[in-house]
Amino acid sequence: MVLIPAYNEEGAVASVVEEVRAAVSDAAILVVDDSSEDDTVQEARRSGASILALPHHLGLGGCVQAGYRLAFELGFDYVIRVDGDGQHDPNDIPAILTALQQEGCEMVIGSRFLDGSGARNSPMRSGRFRALGIALFRFILRPILGRSVSDPTSGFVGVNRKALDLFSGTFPLEYPEIEALVVLQRRRFRFMEVPCHIRTRRTGRSSINAVKSLYFPVHVLLGVFVNVLLFPGSRIWRLGRK
Amino acid sequence: MAVGEKIASMDRLLNVITVASLLLIGLVLTSVRREHIRVEYSVSWLLAGLALLVLSLWRNLDEKLAVALGVPDLTIALLTISGVVFLGVLFAFSLRISQLKDSSIKLAQRVAILEFRLETLNEQISLNKLVERMDEKIKTPTAG
Repeated sequence: MVLIPAYNEEGAVASVVEEVRAAVSDAAILVVDDSSEDDTVQEARRSGASILALPHHLGLGGCVQAGYRLAFELGFDYVIRVDGDGQHDPNDIPAILTALQQEGCEMVIGSRFLDGSGARNSPMRSGRFRALGIALFRFILRPILGRSVSDPTSGFVGVNRKALDLFSGTFPLEYPEIEALVVLQRRRFRFMEVPCHIRTRRTGRSSINAVKSLYFPVHVLLGVFVNVLLFPGSRIWRLGRK
Repeated sequence: MAVGEKIASMDRLLNVITVASLLLIGLVLTSVRREHIRVEYSVSWLLAGLALLVLSLWRNLDEKLAVALGVPDLTIALLTISGVVFLGVLFAFSLRISQLKDSSIKLAQRVAILEFRLETLNEQISLNKLVERMDEKIKTPTAG
């Protein structure tokens, strides 16, 4: 299944669905509408996608988790998330799916900063502040994950059924990408990265504005450390259970 | 500041706290009566209001608490205690809001999934009816 979380994406969602269908014609396409105020649902329906319409706005994490829950209940083995703003190139979906099927890892991340040879590109082209944030998260995540990750903020990810089961029960609600990596690692699940292309968004604006860009790293870092400390099996978690 | 001035300013502060705590208690009770606040959520605020009222009316207790806290100035001790009381209330409400948010998210996701399944089921039923009608038409062709 291809999962497309969307919030006020009436200008892009239909073409994203069409591109996904062209890239993976046999995949089920589910648009999860996070209670948009525009015609996102109508546009998605017109393009022939299935719609999971949330009754009120939950934010990205709640929106994606709703899709994961439905996919798990319907028995899907693999789910690939593609953002509804057109930034992710659906032509990269087969590479993510192949990696999930062949490598047997629980999550595959489409990385903007890997090229075909597996070498890293600099995140500087995504803007100075964003690059600084990504560098910070890479630095912090390396010892936690026990390995490097080139694009920890990527939302272009594929998960298998085991990860679906986990994320159906527990999934970070705001800015979920980085925390989800820690949640996976704490369960000893594996992930890998494959190169992917990123495009400029077709409509709308990033949900991270000037104020949120200050709040974002603080929130994510706190979430990461809470996950590190409280994962099942940690000393603090065991103390809490006594 | 002279001792007399200090006592007068302390009295003013205690009077302000008395009035504020009475206003708080009155506001909470009115809100409960008008069903703007549920009874279970009013308890924390009523306890906070009562605690402040007792502190503002019982000066001996304030002085004992100030000594126990090791704060020489009664005003600072009183403000510290008030701050702690309100922090406690705010923390209790943060816990409650977090629980409610989790429940609200789960509920919203479940509603959306059930609606999706209902829609799928309705489509399936409509399709089955259409097939049945077509089957009937094939089996009983109209005369002529």
